[in-house]
Amino acid sequence: MKKLIISIVLVNLLAACASEPKKEEAAPAPAPAPKVEAPKPAPAPAPKAEVDPLNDPASILANRSTYYPFDVSVVQDEDKPMVQAHAKYLSEHANRKVRLEGNCDERGSNEYNLGLGQRRADGVNKMLEVGGAKADQLESVSYGEEKPRCTDHNEACWKQNRRTDLNYTR
Amino acid sequence: MVLRVLRGMVGLLLLAQASMAGAVLSIEIIGAGENQIPIAIVPFGGDEKLAQSINEVVTGDLQRSGLFRLVDPAGKSPHEPAEVNYADWQVRGAEALAIGTVAAQPNGRIEARFRLLDVVKQTELAGQAVSANENQIRAIGHRIADLIYEKLTGDKGVFSTRIVYVNRQGKKFSLVVADSDGHNEQTVLAQNEPIMSPAWSPDGSHLAYVSFETGHAVVYVQSLYTNQRVVLADFRGSNSAPAWSPDGRQLAVVLTRDGSSQIYLVRPDGSGLRRITFSGAIDTEPNFSPDGQYLLFTSDRGGSAQIYRMPVEGGPAERMTFGEGNNFSPRHSPDGKSFVFAHLGNGRFYVAVQDFQAGQMSLLTEGGWEKKPSFAPNGKLILFASEARGRGILATVSSDGRVKQHMFTQSGDAREPVWGPYP
Repeated sequence: MKKLIISIVLVNLLAACASEPKKEEAAPAPAPAPKVEAPKPAPAPAPKAEVDPLNDPASILANRSTYYPFDVSVVQDEDKPMVQAHAKYLSEHANRKVRLEGNCDERGSNEYNLGLGQRRADGVNKMLEVGGAKADQLESVSYGEEKPRCTDHNEACWKQNRRTDLNYTR
Repeated sequence: MVLRVLRGMVGLLLLAQASMAGAVLSIEIIGAGENQIPIAIVPFGGDEKLAQSINEVVTGDLQRSGLFRLVDPAGKSPHEPAEVNYADWQVRGAEALAIGTVAAQPNGRIEARFRLLDVVKQTELAGQAVSANENQIRAIGHRIADLIYEKLTGDKGVFSTRIVYVNRQGKKFSLVVADSDGHNEQTVLAQNEPIMSPAWSPDGSHLAYVSFETGHAVVYVQSLYTNQRVVLADFRGSNSAPAWSPDGRQLAVVLTRDGSSQIYLVRPDGSGLRRITFSGAIDTEPNFSPDGQYLLFTSDRGGSAQIYRMPVEGGPAERMTFGEGNNFSPRHSPDGKSFVFAHLGNGRFYVAVQDFQAGQMSLLTEGGWEKKPSFAPNGKLILFASEARGRGILATVSSDGRVKQHMFTQSGDAREPVWGPYP
């Protein structure tokens, strides 16, 4: 995958140089260029070399958590592209399995939060299935408030704990 | 809505250090009952020879109840009624006097013979011999404290009962059963995954609880005598919130196998499963009424977590709590006339109680991280999870809100406590 990125960067650099050859000093600047992955100049042959986008830290698939407001369990708009990308990935990789682990902040009873965490996990589960993942690739569980990522009694902490983790088990 | 915040703080603060290794570290008592009964407890003859002082257990129990004022017996040590000079005790302001002797029997058992005397009327109120094995001396003390409590208050004592709670130390979880004063701890289960929602069988012989040891929430039922256990419910998703019916013949559990958290009934061996709520919302924390006819439970079917009641055999649910905030974890009082629950308002958790007839919530505590309240079997005390000095602790409040007590376990966070039944 690294090779792919580098080649894209090179292509971009070459393109930049070709169009504006005189701005030599500007050349070091295009560092942010890799972010512009959108063009994807048909790198068809490259991915064949067993490149798994799941392991690409720059891929949207590197994001594995959805976050929620208090007492809410529906996937938020900002997390939908990520969940949909995982759905597409799972539909293309039938051997992969993912565990959806719902979590909550501590503002509820442990049991209510277990139910809420399950609903969060089930919500992601459903979105993955709609997006093409098979039921046997998915398992949703809840930890409620039992496995907090952060333990202070404040919103900065709580918002980290209100989440569903997509945990690939295979 | 009238929020009656009971502030029974009298400023009395007693600190009782636990004497046994591995036991609850310390107990703080805050507040006092409205009418404390002045009682003198004379150390029993022979008490000083015991590995564990019975006198210490009895005085500790009575003190923690908040209903007694202990009169110093210094300088006087009658052990038999004939040795009692009532004038001595009237002068000191005692209304009741406990005396007795304790000795090892030929069979090795420890036997205490005690008498409770009415100082004002100069009569004997009670007299009894209580015995136990020498490793259960504390049990003798609790029994005597129960007899004194019952005779002087008219209510049954709960000092001989047990409690269960989960202790969390970092990533280690243990399920602990202890005496009502936190002593005599026994670990029922210890593991590196969470344990939740312990529930006593009505006869105190079994615990149902939720364990995450297989990676998701599964309900188990375990014998406290043999430690053998069975899986009560292990379906996809979460299996949780076990609650025993008063006759012990079935449990209510919460499963997500058919979608959202819904309440089911099941026999203690896991058979006969049937669903009784059909809301599509989160229905959880079922609790049987003492007559076995109704369930209280938490549900967000109205938009946010509130408390509802429904017939055990199914049927329409009635909303019990209204107003600002959310309400969780309902539990019936032993007489079935009221229920205690956790109220979340303005970012704080309170222990609250509501009478079924009056339908109004009363807050019993000042608020904080106070969760999972449960009544003592005599209905006079409520045990709950609280927090102090950055740690999860066990706490009790009297049902009138006047007397509070904090119990610190030796280390870690105490969570999910539940008061057990009478022995």
